[in-house]
Amino acid sequence: MAVGVLALQGDFREHAAVLHQLGAAPVEVRLPRQLAGVSHLIIPGGESTTIGRLLDRYGMLEPIRARAGRDLAIWGTCAGAILLARQVLDVKKGGQPTLAVMDITVRRNAYGSQLDSFETLLPIPLLGEPPLRGVFIRAPQIETVGKGVEVLARLEEGAIVAARQGRLLVTTFHPELAADDRVHRYFLEL
Amino acid sequence: MGYHFDVALPIFCLPLPHMLAYGKIFYATKHRRDESGQECADSPPEIKTEVSGMEKSTWTTKVGLAQMLKGGVIMDVVTPEQARIAEEAGAVAVMALERVPADIRAQGGVARMSDPELIVAIKEAVTIPVMAKARIGHFVEAQVLEALGIDYIDESEVLTPADEEHHINKHKFNIPFVCGCRNIGEGLRRVAEGAAMLRTKGEAGTGNVVEAVRHARAVYGEIRRLQSMGEDELFVYAKEIQAPYELVRQVAELGRMPVVNFAAGGIATPADAALMMQLGVDGVFVGSGIFKSGNPMQRARAIVEATTHYNDPEIIAHVSKGLGEAMVGIEISKIPAEQLMAQRGW
Repeated sequence: MAVGVLALQGDFREHAAVLHQLGAAPVEVRLPRQLAGVSHLIIPGGESTTIGRLLDRYGMLEPIRARAGRDLAIWGTCAGAILLARQVLDVKKGGQPTLAVMDITVRRNAYGSQLDSFETLLPIPLLGEPPLRGVFIRAPQIETVGKGVEVLARLEEGAIVAARQGRLLVTTFHPELAADDRVHRYFLEL
Repeated sequence: MGYHFDVALPIFCLPLPHMLAYGKIFYATKHRRDESGQECADSPPEIKTEVSGMEKSTWTTKVGLAQMLKGGVIMDVVTPEQARIAEEAGAVAVMALERVPADIRAQGGVARMSDPELIVAIKEAVTIPVMAKARIGHFVEAQVLEALGIDYIDESEVLTPADEEHHINKHKFNIPFVCGCRNIGEGLRRVAEGAAMLRTKGEAGTGNVVEAVRHARAVYGEIRRLQSMGEDELFVYAKEIQAPYELVRQVAELGRMPVVNFAAGGIATPADAALMMQLGVDGVFVGSGIFKSGNPMQRARAIVEATTHYNDPEIIAHVSKGLGEAMVGIEISKIPAEQLMAQRGW
């Protein structure tokens, strides 16, 4: 089974480049038929309203929901985390389509505008030393997690920035921009 | 006139004291010193911040937002209502303006930064990133836009230039900038000045894609030529195109520009957008093309879908059906030379 990168919009090529380096041959997924042969799917950073609309328009929401966490492991980075969350706060007026498969509540643009985008060294116990360089770009924040969700990383002040529920993984930052393949390797093992 | 680089070192020393203010800085590439003993980076895009605590407005976050916009459409809007339509249609960002380029062209006069009140109203209407334009070289307009807390500044030839020699020193700002270019020399000069994103210029407000194609062909053709050059030839090439050698070398190594490069200027149809994507750009700006057309919402959606599925002619055909009237295009040769916007910028 192949590893897919949702290629509707966003920094999917950066994810694909890391996967190439790890020896996986990533498949760009834009249509339902491209999803069929995929066992792992990365939803990249990008604009969640844009990706959500295209998922809806091209009939991808149901096929992904039907397999999410079962025979399809999914990792959402940033916009991807928004798309996976069961509840999203500060959505576009009138709401926005999401997959809503993971038991977390996510707030969009939780830190402010681009001027509040930041980098920080992020200790992730699961990955060990050294800490990962967390790149947060107009990032969302995970406000609450459900019972079956494991918190994987927090900022110093406590904000949840990475979590896992079985075969569903979210990070509100961008490991694909940090020249560090540990989260990708972790995901491929899910 | 303009820049001339025999060797491309000292320019990179200029932003350093400013960048140091953000925290401890190291370079991914080798360190070295210029003749004055001051340490120089090889090139801005490779500067990395060694973060301790939260470091805002690093080069990675500036370039990173452009990465997140890739594969998307950035739409010019002149009212909060248009901004909502753009967001609803799937735009990845909006460009807040008082007049779209077609109207600037038609009405003439000096085109300036938009009213901050309008920009704030547009910012409040949407949840996606908001960009706004400052005149070339008008660093106070840029300061004002930064103070408004928007997400990106376009130092744009669509507005009347404020300085016919200097562009804004974009390293001095926390907010990232996008700049226009017609070829890699111009693009790399902008990157040297701190632009975190580029767009080919095209000819804004014409609804005619020919200049956008010319500029994208130039950029990607030059990149392919660079990749076949020997190291010795890169020095001369950098001199000829008046671009910093280290950035030229970086393009040759990467096989792409050091920052994200969108297309702009004359894109009016879904097929235009897909054409630019197939030529190699990372995404598209659509200015007058949407809200000067018969059915903006439907056209905006169609352009978004064609940008995603740019390699799928069946989808492009499908979304192109029944869009109503496209904006009226202008033959470039009919525009008086002094009114060509792409020639602004140095």
